[in-house]
Amino acid sequence: MLSRVANSIYWMTRYIERAENIARFISVNLNLTLDFSIQPDFKWSPIIMATGDHLLFEKKYGKDYSSRNVIHFLALDQDYSNSIISCLRAARENARSVREIISSEMWEQVNRYYLELKDATITDLAGRNPHKFFKIITMRGHMFTGLLYTTMSHGEAFQFALAGLLLERADKTSRILDVKYFMLLPNAGDVNTPYDSIQWAAVLKSASGLEMYRKRFHRIIPKQVCDFLIFDGEFPRSIRYCLKKAEKALHNISGTQVDSVSNKAEKSLGRLCADLDYSDIEEIINQGMHEYLDALQVKINTVGNDIHDAFFKAIPSETVAETAQ
Amino acid sequence: MKFANYLTENFYDEMFDENDSPRPGAELLIKKIESLPENDLLLKQKAAETALLQMGNTFAVYGSEEGTEKILPFDILPRIIDNKEWLEIEAGLKQRIYALNLFIHDVYHDKKILKDKVVPEDLILSCATYRKQCEGLMPPEKIWCHVTGTDLIRDRDGRFYVLEDNMRCPSGVSYVLENRQVLKRTFPNVFADSNVRPVDEYPNKLLAALENLVPASVSNPKIGVLTPGMYNSAYFEHSFLAQQMGVELVEGQDLVVSDGFVYMRTTKGLQRIDVIYRRLDDDFIDPKAFRSDSMLGIPGIMDVYRAGKVAMANAPGTGIADDKAVYAYVPKIIKYYMDEDPILPNVPTFICRDDKDRAHVLANLDKLVVKAANESGGYGMMIGPHASVKERQEFAERIQKNPRNYIAQPTIALSRVPTIVDTHFEGRHVDLRPYILYGEEIFVLPGGLTRVALKKGSLVVNSSQGGGTKDTWVIGSDKKDNPVPSQSQSQSTSTDPTEDIRR
Repeated sequence: MLSRVANSIYWMTRYIERAENIARFISVNLNLTLDFSIQPDFKWSPIIMATGDHLLFEKKYGKDYSSRNVIHFLALDQDYSNSIISCLRAARENARSVREIISSEMWEQVNRYYLELKDATITDLAGRNPHKFFKIITMRGHMFTGLLYTTMSHGEAFQFALAGLLLERADKTSRILDVKYFMLLPNAGDVNTPYDSIQWAAVLKSASGLEMYRKRFHRIIPKQVCDFLIFDGEFPRSIRYCLKKAEKALHNISGTQVDSVSNKAEKSLGRLCADLDYSDIEEIINQGMHEYLDALQVKINTVGNDIHDAFFKAIPSETVAETAQ
Repeated sequence: MKFANYLTENFYDEMFDENDSPRPGAELLIKKIESLPENDLLLKQKAAETALLQMGNTFAVYGSEEGTEKILPFDILPRIIDNKEWLEIEAGLKQRIYALNLFIHDVYHDKKILKDKVVPEDLILSCATYRKQCEGLMPPEKIWCHVTGTDLIRDRDGRFYVLEDNMRCPSGVSYVLENRQVLKRTFPNVFADSNVRPVDEYPNKLLAALENLVPASVSNPKIGVLTPGMYNSAYFEHSFLAQQMGVELVEGQDLVVSDGFVYMRTTKGLQRIDVIYRRLDDDFIDPKAFRSDSMLGIPGIMDVYRAGKVAMANAPGTGIADDKAVYAYVPKIIKYYMDEDPILPNVPTFICRDDKDRAHVLANLDKLVVKAANESGGYGMMIGPHASVKERQEFAERIQKNPRNYIAQPTIALSRVPTIVDTHFEGRHVDLRPYILYGEEIFVLPGGLTRVALKKGSLVVNSSQGGGTKDTWVIGSDKKDNPVPSQSQSQSTSTDPTEDIRR
């Protein structure tokens, strides 16, 4: 398929998934406010700190980290390039450029999703009823993924869509975990105690993982929550699960077996998956959760760059000589 | 909404005859509309607009804020043409396309028609759309104009006239197909009973016409639609057609010329492309052959084309038949190549390069429509009766300065169709653009795009100047679609998965 098209499809699903994960990110806090009705010292600022864009935020809203401002900034601020609405705009522009490749259902869904969000900046549902708003956002993401699976042929284009979606999801799960681990567990020695189980339940909920976690571990213990979200082999939002499925998608593209390597992207992702296969939660906690997740995010970015080099470069390297004639 | 107070006002009305009786084929629809509860038609209109917006059939509005996208205004009252009348239009279009194709080939080869002085040689060679680079070109099967969108208008006398032959990259067919999808949902029962001739075979016919260009030696050909990119106002159509045909949609940057062939850049290296349906003007297609500043084209593609290693539709050079001064000669062109009289007449045309015609034009500027020979989209045009004294003076000067570049035609009282205006019907002027494909044989899509001038009294139907569209129903074929029985049972659901995010 065309390199330009593969690139657009990969980014289309990445942006859709990113938008959904911003909603999940905010939901952690919303879930907490549900459980603690009165919390005068409840802080929304760490969410903005975790994005690294706090200077942009303060330029617009000053130091007023109210839930309303934070939610507006992350969800509906059209000037902020990482807001939900900006992600949707990018997803839609990518979808528009590959309309002939994706199903019309997918296009109509992303188009409608974006147009509704634009209207939502006026009707202010996010401010009036954020729970409902973010639930709808999450469901919109699921609808798109559902349409991706059920209305598009599972050929090369689909595999690019999948690779983009899964890398994004792995990255975002690691970020949700990162910020919460830091916030909730200032003392690493508490990792084995059921400390603040409600807060950890909120983290699981925001990853849609509370019930699935309970089936495996029953009691909520921070270490096991981390284990579940990083290593679980069956939960579809765990980092390891996402990366292994992404690896399979890349091999489906090249038509090779997972244990062989035919390009740079397969190599770096394969190595990352092997790392995950051969380490465990004890090792990570000893090493330092934050350091581990930081390094993991860098590695996921490297895989992204390698995918770009292997498939999307406007001029594939082997053709440079020919076109120079 | 009722038609009781609807006035045809001394124009040819497409729905009602001079006695205010429904024209053939329109009875059923009129009955249906009259039977609808008050306001229902307006709700239907709104629903159709929402459907089009959600389908994303929008064009970008240039020069306004980001994200300003509009649907082409669409009026749900269709324009109805009786099949008997249609068959004559169809025959006329086939005749015209056949003759014009012979003409283009002749002009770039033996120039017989010029040598025989049927069409003045200097007129052709001075066309801005004449491409010297195309002399001697041999397109497959000697077909140059694979896709044409001829503009027709109907005068007060009820006759159809050809207004323009659009032989370069006519657009709009996607609106025909999508409008039909929407209207089927709007008037389902009327559709089932009215025997409306279907339009959905267009993508298949287009694909067949493109496959017709592949040399027999190539098996499993690769076909692509070449678009200037997603910011082009017709991008939706390019993408739609590629999708409907299941072929690649490519931009210039996706293609590269190498060792005598054209290749696509893919995730698995270079892949050969055999046929290109290009929606890019001649000027931009190859910076080596035409405009060197084109960023949209593919350097060297003309050499590959000339060598027959890639096919293009339409062939470069067809723009010559779009020149409005050449248009005036089409009846003679038909006569010359086919020895037949034209079935569809031209609008009488005065050619300003001719001294006698020019004198007449200059003396009657207040009655005539003056057009620049190479403009389209309703630009470079003056409608005499609607123009100010100053505008007429301006055009008089322009004509005298460059007579070759102007023609003039009598002002035609375009026919009208009832159109929803606020909460009632008013007549609005329309034209008709049928789409013609030249493959193994010539195919005319039944109906075409009806463009409607939405401003009261306006005769300009172009979308850039306040025009909209209507579905066009050719009614009364002998074929009938069998409706698929609907599923009788379904589980009731209590939640709506498409819950509205705004409420």
